[in-house]
Amino acid sequence: MHNRRNMIKYVGAGLVLSAGLAFPAISQAADMPGVTDTEIKIGNISPYSGPASAYSTIAKTIEAYFNKVNEEGGINGRKINFLSYDDGYSPPKAVEQARKLVESDEVLLIFQSLGTPSNSAIEKYMNMKKVPQLLVATGATQFGNPKVAPWTMGWQPNYQSEGIIYGRYIASEMPDAKIGVMFQNDDFGKDVLNGLKAGLGDKADMIVAEASYEVAEPVVDSQVVKLKASGANVFINIATPKFAAQGIKKAHEIGWEATQFVANVSNSVGAVLTPAGLEASTGLISTAYLKDMQDPQWADDPAAKDWNAFMDKYYPDGNKLSSFTTYGYSVAQTMVHILEQAGDDLTRENVLKQAASMNDVKLPLFLPGMSMNTSETDYFPIEQMQLMKFNGERWETFGDVISGEVGG
Amino acid sequence: MSIDTTTAGTAGEKQAAASQTVLPAPAAATSNVKIMRAAGIALLVIGLAAPFMAGNFLIFQLTMMLIYAIAILGLNILTGINGQFSLGHGAFYAVGAYTAAILMDQFGVGYLWTLPAAGMVCFIVGFLFGLPALRLEGVYLALATFALAVVTPQLFKLSPFEHWTSGVMGIVIAKPDAPFGLPLNPDQWLYFVTLAVGLLAYVCARNLVGSRTGRALMAVRDNPIAARSMGVNTALFKSLAFGVSALYTGVAGALGAIVVQYISPDSFHFALSVALVVGLVVGGVGWLPGALFGGAFIMFVPNIAEELSKGLSGAVYGVIMILMMYAVPTGLGGLLKAALGALSKRSMNR
Repeated sequence: MHNRRNMIKYVGAGLVLSAGLAFPAISQAADMPGVTDTEIKIGNISPYSGPASAYSTIAKTIEAYFNKVNEEGGINGRKINFLSYDDGYSPPKAVEQARKLVESDEVLLIFQSLGTPSNSAIEKYMNMKKVPQLLVATGATQFGNPKVAPWTMGWQPNYQSEGIIYGRYIASEMPDAKIGVMFQNDDFGKDVLNGLKAGLGDKADMIVAEASYEVAEPVVDSQVVKLKASGANVFINIATPKFAAQGIKKAHEIGWEATQFVANVSNSVGAVLTPAGLEASTGLISTAYLKDMQDPQWADDPAAKDWNAFMDKYYPDGNKLSSFTTYGYSVAQTMVHILEQAGDDLTRENVLKQAASMNDVKLPLFLPGMSMNTSETDYFPIEQMQLMKFNGERWETFGDVISGEVGG
Repeated sequence: MSIDTTTAGTAGEKQAAASQTVLPAPAAATSNVKIMRAAGIALLVIGLAAPFMAGNFLIFQLTMMLIYAIAILGLNILTGINGQFSLGHGAFYAVGAYTAAILMDQFGVGYLWTLPAAGMVCFIVGFLFGLPALRLEGVYLALATFALAVVTPQLFKLSPFEHWTSGVMGIVIAKPDAPFGLPLNPDQWLYFVTLAVGLLAYVCARNLVGSRTGRALMAVRDNPIAARSMGVNTALFKSLAFGVSALYTGVAGALGAIVVQYISPDSFHFALSVALVVGLVVGGVGWLPGALFGGAFIMFVPNIAEELSKGLSGAVYGVIMILMMYAVPTGLGGLLKAALGALSKRSMNR
């Protein structure tokens, strides 16, 4: 109860001073908050508890990677002090933790705060305080709008880009497609759907049926049956893991011979395709931007070897099968890249500027041909993806890297 | 308490001092009242001085603590005073928060006006929910209210309401500044608003409990059949208890929305309802000031648990809670009563 003890102390002081005398409680921020000659303080908010706690693997991987960086001498001689707090995926708690990081711990920036609701909750506060909210862990398209929120930037391909990529592929490669779309009735589902329509362009009437579901629904069987009945021959499954698996399974059970697309968030072999049935999943199409470490084509890839060595040494408890570990590894590398670019000028302004001027940055685990680009008007670092098909055992990438630049 | 009781107390004390064994009980009782009042005044002074001593982050935490305390106060009226169990007060909190947010966001209503509005809406919702709940007792009522807590956040996501609620995207609210050019920053100002609302809520609750209505509510809790034969309209009072309880929680929700500046259906996960029940039990069921301790518990103990162990914060929180229930099964209210009881016994034996 250190807060209480503090309070009593404060009150004691307050009785000595005359009551009612107001004085500013917060000291003036230094030019480089969170930065000393030996340390850079970086904040993070992740769900270590609650319904989305599986995602905490990402923050744990990031922490492990920063340990590696620190052990190898840090960034320009400064060690990263990674302060990661739990918000239980609850927006009010995220606000509390963000304020703690900014006002109490005085971090340089908040990095990879996770989840659309939590990031929405702190976005206004971060921009008011002019503290960078960098590389947030959500694909919601709203987090890449420099006009409204110049201190907030995403990282992973946004959901709309993903939809655009599916749309472009179908429009050019599948001229006879009749599309049935199942989507989750929230920002994620609608973002992908909007992207899909944008990607199809003037062929948007290829979509013959749409069926939405609520996260609270137990099953999505009726949606799948309805889409099949519409006569669609392409099934686009824009769902979170549990529902995606149900959709794939149901389509197989009712003998729907459609080309199936499954959203990137739900392309985990372990969490989605295995429960849905590997036979039912064969032929599925999805997207990727990072190398799949289970794919034998990367067995001799030096980047994959580095990753394996990192996992063995710094995060031995981590699950190598989980895509969260490659994700965390890559996003941490992006953060390190930005800090290195900023050099010794580690003001919040300069770090943001460096984040917004990435030019053709390639990460080791990116699929060949991919790179990150940002500018003062483009706050979406990754906007390319490659399509891949499930062969019954693992994903195989095919075709070229496709750009899903929003509005491009 | 009025001045009369104080003089009576001193008189009683003098008497007790004169003849040690004759009137020990009232003397003990009045000294307890004195201790409690002194504690209350000390708390109030702390409460008034705190925002000038603490940093903005701590002020924010204290504000949230007070908001939870108001919500727990509401739950206490229902559970502690009227004996009806609710696992669904997060739903009323959510309704209050959404009422305030929608009024501010869509209709440009001033934030202070949203508080009575949220209270009224929640009173009506609570009263109406109280009517069917009349048929349910104990665990069945708990289950029905549980359902309410699970359903409500989903309702805010539904597309027919999306025009107002913005669905899962939630509503962002601007933080109000202090009026009349007061030398307070927004955090300090909101703290004082919350403190004022909290004090008002506490005084009202106290008066309610001390009134004829309060006695009727307690009679319904202690023995519904006897209450009914005394002429108490049990159905009306039970629904009324639900309504008033929801009103309190709704006002807390509205304050919460204004202070956090953002609401979305995910803000009102079922865990919120459980947290309120935890706060109620920790503070002491049926003891109104306990709400403050309950609010402090659910606000600060999870943070302590997280500091002890990040990965196992939930488990640490659980262990703290179990220890708490093992050591003080009647909550802090019970502990305080026992302590005061022991104190007066000692003074009696002296």
